[in-house]
Amino acid sequence: MMNFTLSSMGKQRLTQGLLGLFLALGLCGIAQASGTEGGKPNPGEFIIHHIADAHDIHLWGDGPSALHIPLPILSYVPGYGLDVFSSVHLLHHGEDHVDESDHGMGDPAHAGHEAREAEDGHTAHGGHGGGTYHSEKTHLTYHLDGNGVLHAEDHGGHAAQIYDLSISKSVFGMFVVIFLMLLVFPRVGAAYKKRKGQAPKGLQNALEPLILFIRDEVAVPSIGEKKAGRYLPFLLTVFFFIFFCNLLGLIPFIGGFNVTGTVGVTLTLATFVFIITTVSGNKHYWGHILWPPGVPLPIKFILVPVEVVGILLKPTVLMIRLTANIGAGHIIILALTFLVFIISDYGQHVVAGVGTGIFSVAFMIFMYFIELLVAFLQAYVFTLLAALYFGDATQEAHH
Amino acid sequence: MEALLNTALGTVFWSTISFLVVLVLLRRLAWGPILQGLKDREEEIDGALNKAKEARAEIENLQADNERLLQEARAERDGMLRDARDMADKLVADAKQQAKDEGERMIDQAKQAIDGERAAAVAELKAEVAKLSLDIAEKLVRQELKDEASQQELIGRMITDSKLN
Repeated sequence: MMNFTLSSMGKQRLTQGLLGLFLALGLCGIAQASGTEGGKPNPGEFIIHHIADAHDIHLWGDGPSALHIPLPILSYVPGYGLDVFSSVHLLHHGEDHVDESDHGMGDPAHAGHEAREAEDGHTAHGGHGGGTYHSEKTHLTYHLDGNGVLHAEDHGGHAAQIYDLSISKSVFGMFVVIFLMLLVFPRVGAAYKKRKGQAPKGLQNALEPLILFIRDEVAVPSIGEKKAGRYLPFLLTVFFFIFFCNLLGLIPFIGGFNVTGTVGVTLTLATFVFIITTVSGNKHYWGHILWPPGVPLPIKFILVPVEVVGILLKPTVLMIRLTANIGAGHIIILALTFLVFIISDYGQHVVAGVGTGIFSVAFMIFMYFIELLVAFLQAYVFTLLAALYFGDATQEAHH
Repeated sequence: MEALLNTALGTVFWSTISFLVVLVLLRRLAWGPILQGLKDREEEIDGALNKAKEARAEIENLQADNERLLQEARAERDGMLRDARDMADKLVADAKQQAKDEGERMIDQAKQAIDGERAAAVAELKAEVAKLSLDIAEKLVRQELKDEASQQELIGRMITDSKLN
């Protein structure tokens, strides 16, 4: 997210006061802009680049001085096999520091890639594109395009059908969250066994209100006391997964994870909801969809397609809502950062930059609080709607 | 926008695996024990509260019982006191009545005795008077009857006098 500005800012925060903080923001923006060779970055592209999933964790800096944490790339190409290599090979532009295979400048794939780079013009900010990697095992040449999508080419320079199974930034963030969850919750579970009949304490005490909230305010009212127990493990997992992912995305200086703002992740979660709803749908549920009772026949012809589309639409909306909300929060914070550069015309007008910086930072702090709320709210909304769908699917006929 | 909507297969693949792993592991290691623990604790608290309520009801019952017993005892005491007083009153009244009756009887007896005595006295007096009269009459007769006239006069006087009784 806003890592590069905030991190430079953070170095100076210890020695300077709040005003210094504002100043620093403006100044580092200027330094940043002047460090970018070849003109001004496009804010829209820049923001999207930081929101989108990537094959590396971009901590700070730009161009050759940028600090990236490379992530493993796993690529399966049918007919060629699986390739596993570090994304460090694909990150940096113009340097031949990664290719283990000895493909020279005469390599057609490499030449083709260079040409494409020139056309793309996606060179302003590091991270995507640049290097290529030639696998000795499958003899495929890999590169990233401007959107950070992995491509592979065979000997003849023909694009190959690729299944990108890489541990991308979002996947890595997800692993972090999962690691945390597996660290935290089994302990809490053990505490309930160990401290049976005693008041909750520590971690257990901290998480119990949330667990109770999901049980008593989300699951039970939506599904009903009797059946809620069956869905609670899923609902609790989904809630804490989304909540932790959202919070992870709000931690500055660690590369701006946007796990729940990544369509692939929310798509998976929504698919789980869809599968569970569909599998647990009872006669009453399907009856209401396929042959709505108490509706005149002509209306049925309108209603049934709508209901059938609704089955898919409900989880789709879940997916879009979560992705959009989390992505939007990140975009707003980045846009506020960029405001400084735009108004100061990338370092041309220092006073304007500093002035805007003050307001931008104030707004950003405000947004951060809102985002903290949204982090909880979106996890809650997703869980609540999932619970409502489950409740709908398992509702007994009562009229 | 393309970059945002790009759904790499890897993301879906890894999120499915990660989510399933977390779901399965946490279900076993966390949610199960946590939800069970919460339920147990709630039941325990409910039980404790119910027990407290029962205990309170019992205490109230006991208090009510005590109160009732006390009331009964008080009523009984009052009854006993009343009975005792009644009995005492009756005894006194009876005694008074008896005394009165006895007194009256004694008075009657006395009256009868007096009447008897008087009658006897009167009779005796009459007899005495008659004897005295006879004596006097004899004496007078003996004295007066020396002459005729005086005899006549005496008899006449005596007859007049005798009308007194």
